Amino acid sequence: MKRYGLWKYILILLVLSFGVIYSLPNLYSPDPAVQVSYNSSSQSADVNLQNRIQSVLDSDSLLSKIELNDDYVLIRLESYEEQLKAKDLLSSGLGSDVIIALNLAQTTPDWLSDIGGEPMKLGLDLRGGVHFLMQVDTEAAIKNRQNGTLQDIRRRLREEKIRYTNAYIDEDLSIVLSFNDETNTTTADSFIDDNYPQFAGSPQPNSNNSIKLVLAEEEVDQIESDAIDQNLTTLRNRVNELGVSEPIVQRQGKKRIVVQLPGIQDTAEAKKILGKTATLEFHLEAQLDTPRSRKTSYPFKGNRGAPAFLQDALILSGDQVATAQASFDENGFPQVNITLDGEGGSRMHRATRGNIGKRLGVLFVEQKTRTVYQRGADGNQVPTQETYEVKEIISLATIRAALGTSFRITGLDSPSESSELALLLRAGALAAPMRFVEERTVGPSLGADNIQAGIFSMELGMALVLLFILFYYRVFGVAASLALSFNIVLLVAIMSILSATLTLPGIAGIVLTVGMAVDANVLIFSRIREELKRGRKPLDAIDAGYNKAFLTIWDANVTTLIVAVILLSYGSGPIKGFAITLSIGIITSMFTAIMGTRAFVNLIYGSKKDLTRLSI
Amino acid sequence: MSFNIDFLAWRKLALIVSSIFLVVSISSLLIKGLNWGLDFTGGTLVELSYPNGAEIDSIRDTLRSEGFEGAQVANFGSNKEVLIKLPGTISDSLGSEIISLLKKQNLNEDIDLRRIEYVGPQIGSELRDDGGTAMLIALAFMMLYIAFRFQSRFAGAAVIALIHDVIIVVGIFSLLQIDSDLTGLAALLAVIGYSLNDTIVVSDRIRENIRAMDTEDVNEIINTSLNQTLGRTLVTSLTTLLVLFSLYLLGGELIKNFALALIFGVIVGTYSSIYIASNALIMMGLSKDHLKEEEPENSDNNLP
Repeated sequence: MKRYGLWKYILILLVLSFGVIYSLPNLYSPDPAVQVSYNSSSQSADVNLQNRIQSVLDSDSLLSKIELNDDYVLIRLESYEEQLKAKDLLSSGLGSDVIIALNLAQTTPDWLSDIGGEPMKLGLDLRGGVHFLMQVDTEAAIKNRQNGTLQDIRRRLREEKIRYTNAYIDEDLSIVLSFNDETNTTTADSFIDDNYPQFAGSPQPNSNNSIKLVLAEEEVDQIESDAIDQNLTTLRNRVNELGVSEPIVQRQGKKRIVVQLPGIQDTAEAKKILGKTATLEFHLEAQLDTPRSRKTSYPFKGNRGAPAFLQDALILSGDQVATAQASFDENGFPQVNITLDGEGGSRMHRATRGNIGKRLGVLFVEQKTRTVYQRGADGNQVPTQETYEVKEIISLATIRAALGTSFRITGLDSPSESSELALLLRAGALAAPMRFVEERTVGPSLGADNIQAGIFSMELGMALVLLFILFYYRVFGVAASLALSFNIVLLVAIMSILSATLTLPGIAGIVLTVGMAVDANVLIFSRIREELKRGRKPLDAIDAGYNKAFLTIWDANVTTLIVAVILLSYGSGPIKGFAITLSIGIITSMFTAIMGTRAFVNLIYGSKKDLTRLSI
Repeated sequence: MSFNIDFLAWRKLALIVSSIFLVVSISSLLIKGLNWGLDFTGGTLVELSYPNGAEIDSIRDTLRSEGFEGAQVANFGSNKEVLIKLPGTISDSLGSEIISLLKKQNLNEDIDLRRIEYVGPQIGSELRDDGGTAMLIALAFMMLYIAFRFQSRFAGAAVIALIHDVIIVVGIFSLLQIDSDLTGLAALLAVIGYSLNDTIVVSDRIRENIRAMDTEDVNEIINTSLNQTLGRTLVTSLTTLLVLFSLYLLGGELIKNFALALIFGVIVGTYSSIYIASNALIMMGLSKDHLKEEEPENSDNNLP
């Protein structure tokens, strides 16, 4: 029998200790905790905040440990009941300048986390929470941009004294300009060529004196990716405002964003905040001499007044809001206190100082979705979702003095409306409206059940397989059982290090790996039995068994791995979770089933040169 | 375990049995079709738990009277859990509407929200396309690998066995009207992986025996190989079935269908690697010459 090199034992020991150490963090169950941070992202948590929390919690004798982290203060509690109690206490005891979120705090000992040890992440199906997939309506962003450009072109054509007869945005989102003679057409064309490089690829003016301005492809890509980037930022801000620990906000594909909020159950509320595109616009009221083409009539929100004309010229929009807080005015009506950024402040000052005595209108702009029926290719009515914009006046007040960076907005229906508006203004506007195209919510009770079901089925499956192979292969069965347990430890360690997410299908993948990983050992052991039957000496039979089975094991595992990797790259959701554990399991099982058992068998039998019988 | 079964004597019978299975599967697919899950049809699904047991009829009536005409209401797992499905809907807020409606109806009972799922129509069709692509790509890659490692006839035989397995498992999905969703697709792909695993072990032994055995009779070589690998095939199928039964019994409602599909898949896969793959090899006219000219593998020098 071949000797088994010392380096192999050392390698196995190293891998084994690696596996044990890095799977260890999963044994420490997390503490229920509450985290508190300031709602302004520029302010990091400080001792002051910690003291305020301490005094709130001291009033009720809750047992807790308070830790100060970089971004937030973490309060660890003894039980889930106390966690909820602490959250309620803090919500009412602390001011409105903080965000309070439930959290599960790791209890990994310092020495483990210092070497990068961390527990596996649990998927939403195991811990409860909500998964949203949102589609960004980038067309709206392009339309918006074209609208701005159209206003600009109109103004500059007037300044240049180039008379146009018509200027509008076509259905294909291009801008169409018409003129009544050829001179104007050519002048306008060269003027636009010089000043608007984004229309570089547009066709030449056509014979009936109209110009079609088509955005260059790079420009469209740029607008789309800017819109998605801004939406990502805005969504992250909004998610922070919702008070969720460990949220995920990620781009997926070209036009989609994934949002995962662990622990959230009130999905209706979360959706309302995430999908909302409300913002404000400030316009001066139109005067009697304002031409029709430069003013628009808007209804009052909640029909609190007659519709009024506002000038189309925009003073500023919600983008320039630096902070916004909901509060109440002297009469107890809800209001939002707004502070503008520097540029916004000076624009507001410029616009209002010359218009004292006139009225300033505040428009509440909201993107909404509706279902429309379109005739599909097969002639049937196909329902599709479409976004549209609603603009309503929330206040129209006389300017008494030039406004600066701070002022307040009244005219809101309820305190919840004012706090929602304040939140949306703080978090920033979405550059393009979004639709929910997929939602998966798992309640906490189902999550807990899933974990339990996963653990139970794993325990039973493991126990049955171990019993069977111990009974069937005896001493070699011990080797296979050790290898199998080692395989699970290694699989968990690798999952933890990769920060892979464990889901219920993932657990199914692990259980399946247990059943299939035995295959390698079964192949080897039945080969050894065959060789023994052919009359080989025990030690030679072991050698031959391992050698002959190796290629078969290799081929069989590689093909399964091909399936797993394809599942991983093409699958989504449950498929991915399954594929991750299956792929890692295949790789680790090759190591443990071949090298691991060989080392064990050699330790037991390797030194017995005159061996006559094997316990297999 | 050692066997000496004349497998190939049963060849004809196996062909007949497989043909019957295939015909039944395909007819069921044509007549009953698949019970497409939410992932592929799009729509809304709500699972609720009523601590004192759910009254399906009254829930159905409430939903009908409030305009949710197409709502499918059924118990899920136990008589406390209710699953409400609205296939094909395109509004993402129906789930919350249903919950608030039912909560209003049962004021004195604590209804627990287990899950809400909403899949938009576009996502549904994308998931369907991606799933199909994944399966075709997986098949193609495995064929390539086998053709590269063995010989094109083995690849052909393996794929015939796989198609046989996939049709029968999908047929079982249709017969039992199991939800065909993403989890079902994962199960189907796992079946492909498993069945292939088995086929490769048998093919490997056939290849080895073609080189090692003195006879020119391919049928005899295949029969010997099947007998030699039968012990292993049965033991591995058994351990896999053991874990699958534990998943089926304890893994919870969401995993149940997955485990069931795999249980059928493992049984069919084991059968097909013995009968279908070897039959296909014989029919494609595998002969000793096809592998002889290649370099023999020095497997004795290959250390694990």
